Amino acid sequence: MDDASISGRARLSTAKPVTIAILAMGGQGGGVLSDWIVALAEMKGWVAQSTSVPGVAQRTGATIYYIETIPGDANREPTLSLMPTPGDVDVVIAAELMEAGRSVLRGVVTPGQTTLITSTHRSYAVAEKEKPGNGIADPTLVISATDFAAKRTIAFDMEAIAAKNGSVISSALFGAFAASGALPFTREDFEAVIRTGGKGIEPSLKTFAAAYDHALAKPKIDPKPKADKHLPPPPERTGHPVLDALVSKLKSSLPLALQPMAYAGVKKLTDFQDPAYAGEYLDRLAGLFARDRQSGGEVHGFAFTAEAAKYLAIAMAYDDVIRVADLKVRGSRFDRVKKEVGVKGDQILYTTEFMHPRMEEVCGTLPKGLGRWIEENKGLYDFLDRRVNKGRRVKTGTIFWFLGLYMVSGMRRFRRGTLRHAREMAFTAEWLDKALALLPKNYALAVEVLKCRRLVKGYSGTHVRGISKFDRVLSALPLLETREDGADWLRRLRQAALLDEDGIALDGALKTVASL
Amino acid sequence: MAERSFAREVEDLKLGEGEIFRGEGILAITKALLQSGVSYVGGYQGSPISHLMDVLADAKDVMEDLGVHFETSASEAAAAAMLSASVMYPVRGAVTWKSTAGTNVASDALSNLSSGGVTGGALIIIGEDYGEGSSIMQERSHAYAMKSQMWLLDPRPNLPSIVKAVEDGFELSEASNTPVMLQVRIRACHVHGQFVAKDNRRPAFTLKEAMENPVRDVNRIVLPPASFGHEKDKLERRWPAAVNFVKERKLNEFFGPETGEIGIITVGGLYNGVLRGLQQLGLADVYGESLVPIYVMNVAYPMIDDEVIAFCEGKKAVLMVEEGAPDYIEQGLNTLLRRRDIQTRISGKDVLPMGGEYTAPVMLKGLTSFLEAHASPLLGNRPPVPDPSPVLSDERVKALATVVPPRPAGFCTGCPERPIFAAMKLVEKELGPHHVSADIGCHLFSILPPFNIGGTTMGYGLGPASASAFNVEAGKRAISVMGDGGFWHNGLATSVGNAVFNKQDGVMLIVDNFYSAATGGQDILSSRADNPRRKTNNSIVAAVKGIGATWVRQIDRTYDVATMRDTLREALTTKEKGPKIIVASSECMLNRQRRIKPQFAAAVKAGKRMVKERFGVDEDVCTGDHACIRLSGCPSLSVKETDDPLKDDPVAAIDNSCVGCGNCGEVSEAAVLCPSFYRADVIMNPTGWDRFLASMRSKVIGWLQRRRESRRVLFAEGA
Repeated sequence: MDDASISGRARLSTAKPVTIAILAMGGQGGGVLSDWIVALAEMKGWVAQSTSVPGVAQRTGATIYYIETIPGDANREPTLSLMPTPGDVDVVIAAELMEAGRSVLRGVVTPGQTTLITSTHRSYAVAEKEKPGNGIADPTLVISATDFAAKRTIAFDMEAIAAKNGSVISSALFGAFAASGALPFTREDFEAVIRTGGKGIEPSLKTFAAAYDHALAKPKIDPKPKADKHLPPPPERTGHPVLDALVSKLKSSLPLALQPMAYAGVKKLTDFQDPAYAGEYLDRLAGLFARDRQSGGEVHGFAFTAEAAKYLAIAMAYDDVIRVADLKVRGSRFDRVKKEVGVKGDQILYTTEFMHPRMEEVCGTLPKGLGRWIEENKGLYDFLDRRVNKGRRVKTGTIFWFLGLYMVSGMRRFRRGTLRHAREMAFTAEWLDKALALLPKNYALAVEVLKCRRLVKGYSGTHVRGISKFDRVLSALPLLETREDGADWLRRLRQAALLDEDGIALDGALKTVASL
Repeated sequence: MAERSFAREVEDLKLGEGEIFRGEGILAITKALLQSGVSYVGGYQGSPISHLMDVLADAKDVMEDLGVHFETSASEAAAAAMLSASVMYPVRGAVTWKSTAGTNVASDALSNLSSGGVTGGALIIIGEDYGEGSSIMQERSHAYAMKSQMWLLDPRPNLPSIVKAVEDGFELSEASNTPVMLQVRIRACHVHGQFVAKDNRRPAFTLKEAMENPVRDVNRIVLPPASFGHEKDKLERRWPAAVNFVKERKLNEFFGPETGEIGIITVGGLYNGVLRGLQQLGLADVYGESLVPIYVMNVAYPMIDDEVIAFCEGKKAVLMVEEGAPDYIEQGLNTLLRRRDIQTRISGKDVLPMGGEYTAPVMLKGLTSFLEAHASPLLGNRPPVPDPSPVLSDERVKALATVVPPRPAGFCTGCPERPIFAAMKLVEKELGPHHVSADIGCHLFSILPPFNIGGTTMGYGLGPASASAFNVEAGKRAISVMGDGGFWHNGLATSVGNAVFNKQDGVMLIVDNFYSAATGGQDILSSRADNPRRKTNNSIVAAVKGIGATWVRQIDRTYDVATMRDTLREALTTKEKGPKIIVASSECMLNRQRRIKPQFAAAVKAGKRMVKERFGVDEDVCTGDHACIRLSGCPSLSVKETDDPLKDDPVAAIDNSCVGCGNCGEVSEAAVLCPSFYRADVIMNPTGWDRFLASMRSKVIGWLQRRRESRRVLFAEGA
C-alpha cells in the first residue's frame, strides 16, 4: 500500500449505519413496520432510508424490506445501500417462523452481528397444506438453524399477542424490536411514533406494550415440534355401568402401554355407534393381540397391537352419511361453532352445510340387500341418482333441515345392517388378514400394512382415490414380504402416496420397488 | 377507485419552496414533474411506478390549480403517442410505465416520436423492473434509447438526484429536441428519502394555447423524404446538442481523487452499490469519500466521449459497472478507446456477471477481482469483508433449505378468480388437460400450485392471440385466459378481433374483476364504479359482440363453481365454430373489502340488521386429505394439527380472515368433496322477528338435542 492510500484510509470515516431487514408476507404490515422505524429514526434526528421490492408479492407472497439508518451529520449526507449485504445485517425482523428460516438461508443472519426478532407462529404455505398427508414443515429445523446463526434471538408468538390485543403483528414486532435495544431510543420514542399514525392507535399501543414486556421477560419461547395428542389412560370410573364394563374389559385384555390408544378407540366407537360396537372392537383387538403374542410380538413391544388399536378404531368408525348427520346436529357442535365464529351478545347464528349426496351414499345407507339390488339395476339407479345427486345447502338451524339431519343420524341404530357397513367390514377383514398373514413371517412389514390404513380417508371421489392408493401400495407386498427391509420399503411407498393427489410420487416409488 | 386512498401523498405534492418532502422515490418524481412546469402526464400503471399514476389520479385539485392534464392511458402505446403534443408545441409532457414490458408496447410511438423530434420537453419515466421483486422478463430498456436515439438518464438512487434528473431531463429534451427516458429501478422507486421541495410551476405554454393556434411542419412528420432528414438531424445536430448540454450542465459526476492508477465508471443507479462495496474493502466511507476515482454516468446514453476519455487517460485500468445484458456501455467504451488508441484496460463483464441484479455480494466480488488484478496494493491489509458462507455451509442451515417452503404470490383471500380455476380443474378432471395460454394479471397466479394451470404467457392482452395457431381440427380445444386489464389494454383488437376474423376455434376466458387489479386496483373501461372523471361501466360482452363474437357467455358470479364448470365444459364441447368467449365477472375481493368493510361496520354501529358471513370446517368431519385446499389455495383456508390421536394428518381449518366469499362451499359441492364445510351467518342487530324465530327454533332443536343426549351412553368429554 502506498503512502497516499494509507493517509487516505485514515481520512475515511468509520461510521456505519444500523442495518435492518424485515421479512414478511404480503398483507402482514411489513410496510407499516418499515415506515415506523424510518419515522422513529427521523424523529430522533437520524437519517433513514428504506427500500422494498414488493412487486406482486403484496398478494400474499414473501417479501423483504430493508432499512439503513445513521445519526445525522449537519455537514454531510450519507450514501446508504438499497439492499442488504449478507453477513452485514444488524437486525432481522421476521413476521413468521419460516420467514425467519428464509432470512437465515439468505445469509442475512450471522452469529457475530445479527439480532433476530421473529414471531414463531406459522402461516402455512400452499406447498405445505396442499399435501394429501402431513406436509407441515418441521419447526425444530428452523429453531436449530436460527439459534446457531443469530447472535441473539427474540422469538415468541407475536401473532397471538397481536390478536389478543386487537391489533396486527406489525405492532407486536415493533414492540419486540424496541425491547431489543437495537436502536438507542426510549420506549416512549417508539410509542410516540405509533401515536402519529392514523387509525387503530390504542390497540397498536396495547399490542406494542404486550410484546415489549414479553420480549424483556421471556425473550425466547420455542414452538412445539408437533401438536400433543390427547391420550389419557382409561379412567377408574366412568359414571356408567356399561362404560365401566367396557373399561375393565379393556384393562384386562391389553398390556398397560397399549391401553391409552385402545381407550381412544373405545371412546371413538362408543361415540360413533354404541358401547356394544366398542365391545366388538375390543374383542377383535384382543384376538389380534393374541396373534401378536404368538408371533413373538413381545420383543417388538407389541407394535402390531398398538397400531391395530389405532387403525382398527379408524376403520370401524368409517365416515358415512349417518356419522356426518350425527356430528352436524349435536348441541356441542352448535356451541363450538358459536365460539369459533365469535358470536356475541344478541347476535344470532345460523349455519349452512354444503352437502352433495349421491345415490351411492343413499344405497350405502339402505339395508344391505335393498341397496345392492338398486345398485345392480342400473336403470333404476341412474333414475334415482338424477334426483338425488345434487348439491344441497342444508340450513341446520332451521327446523325442517334439522329434522332431516336428525332423522338421518337416528338411522344409527340400523347401521350394522347397511350396505356400507357390510362393505367396510369386508374391507377391514381383508386388510387385517393381509397383515395377520405376514405377522409370523415379517413382523415389521405386518405393522406397516396396518399403518397403510391411513391412506383411506375422505368422502366420495377422495375416498375412492384413497382406496386406490391403498391397493397400489399393498400391491407391492409380494415383492416385499421376504425382504428384511420390506417394512422400510412399504413405509416409503406410503409416504410417497401421501405426497401428491394423483399418486405420481407413488408410481415412481413402485417402479423402484419393482426394480429391487 | 384505486385500492387505497392517496390523500396523504397528494398533500406532499402541494409542498412549496424550501419545505422538506419525505417519501418514496416514485412520489418524489411525481412532485418533480409539477415543479418542472409539466403540461400533461399520462401512463399505464404497473409496479414499480403505479403510485405515480395513483397519486395523480387522486390529485384532481392540485392538477386543476396548475392546469395540468392527467390521463390514465389505455396502454403504454397510448401514453407514448400522447407525447406527440410536444412535437410542435413548447409544452412539457411526461409519461410513465413499467419497463421493458411497457416500452415494448410503446415502441412504435417512441420510434416515430424520436424520429421527428420534439419542441417541448418529453420525458419518459420508466420503472426498470429488473432483479429481485420483478414480475417480468429480465431485459434492459437501454436498447430502446440506442436504437431510437433517445437519451437515457439513470440517476444516483437518492431523492435529490432523482428529482434533479427530472428537471434536467426536460431541459435536455428541449435543448436537443429529443425525448428523454428516465430510468428508475425497483428499489429506487420504493426508496424512502427526502429532498428540499420547490414551488410547483404552471406551464409557460398551455395545451389550450396550442389547440387554438395549431402549427404544422411537414418536415417533422415521419414520411419520406423527411424521415431521411430526421436521421441526419439526429446524428448531426441533436446528438451533439445533447452531448454539449450534458457536459455543460455537468449531469455526470466525479467522485474520489482526481487521479489514480485505476478508476470505476458506473451508471448512476448502481452508485450506492459500488460505494458500499468499496466501503467494505476499506476504500470508501459511508459519506461518499472514496480512495478510488469514480465517474458516475447519470446519463447512461449517450456516452460523453470527452469525459470518458479524460477519465480513462493515464489510468491502467477502468471498471465499467452496468447491470444486465448485453454490455452496451462496455462495448461502446471499448470502441471509443480503440478509436482513440488509448491503452487503458477496460474491465466489466469479465469480473461482474453478464446477467442478474448486482446485489451486494456480487458487487463486492466483482470489485475485489478487479482490484486484485489491477491495483492489489490499494487493497492493503484488507478488513474482513461480510461473509455469510460459514453460516450457509453449516449442516443445520443446509437442513433448513429442505423445509423452508417457497412462498410465491398467490390469489388473495376470497379472490373471485380462485373459483374460476377451481372450475377449470374440475373440467380438466372430466375432459383431460388442455393447452392453456395465459396472459398478464392476477389470473397468472393460476400457473402456481395448487392449480398448476397455464402453459405460456406472451404479453398483456395477448393470451388468446397466443393460442391462435391452435386453430386446426383436433380432439381438444385450446383455452386462453385474459384479464379485463389485458382485454382493454390490447386484447379487444389483438386477441378477440383476431380470433373472430380468423374463426379461431378456441375457448377464451375473460376474467373481469372490475379493476386493473394486479397493478393496484385502478379503474378501467369496464369498472363498475362511478368515476366522475372517467367513463366506466362499459360492457366487455357488448364489446366482444360488437367486434363480431357470437358465442358469448356472461357469468355474473364467479363463485358459482358449478355454473362456471358447466359453461367451460359447454364451451369446450359445443359444435359451434369460432371463438367461445366466457366473461367471468366478480369484484376483486381486496378492493371489495376495502370498499364495503367500513360501510358494513358503520351500518352495524348504526343498529342496522346486517348479516356477516364466514366459512368454517367441522374438524370431526374433516379427514385431512386436503383436496379442498388443492382446489383453493386460499390464505384463510389452512390446516391445523389436532389432538385427536386417531387423526394422523392435520385437518383443514378456516381462520378469522375468511371473508365468506363462498368458494369453499361451492367447490366442495361441485367437486363432491366432503361435507365438513359450513357457512356461518351471523345476524347482527337482529330484528324482533329474527329473535322470535331463533328462539322458537332453538327451543325445538334444543329439545331434540337433549332428548338424543339423554338416551345415549357416552364417555365424558375430555376424559
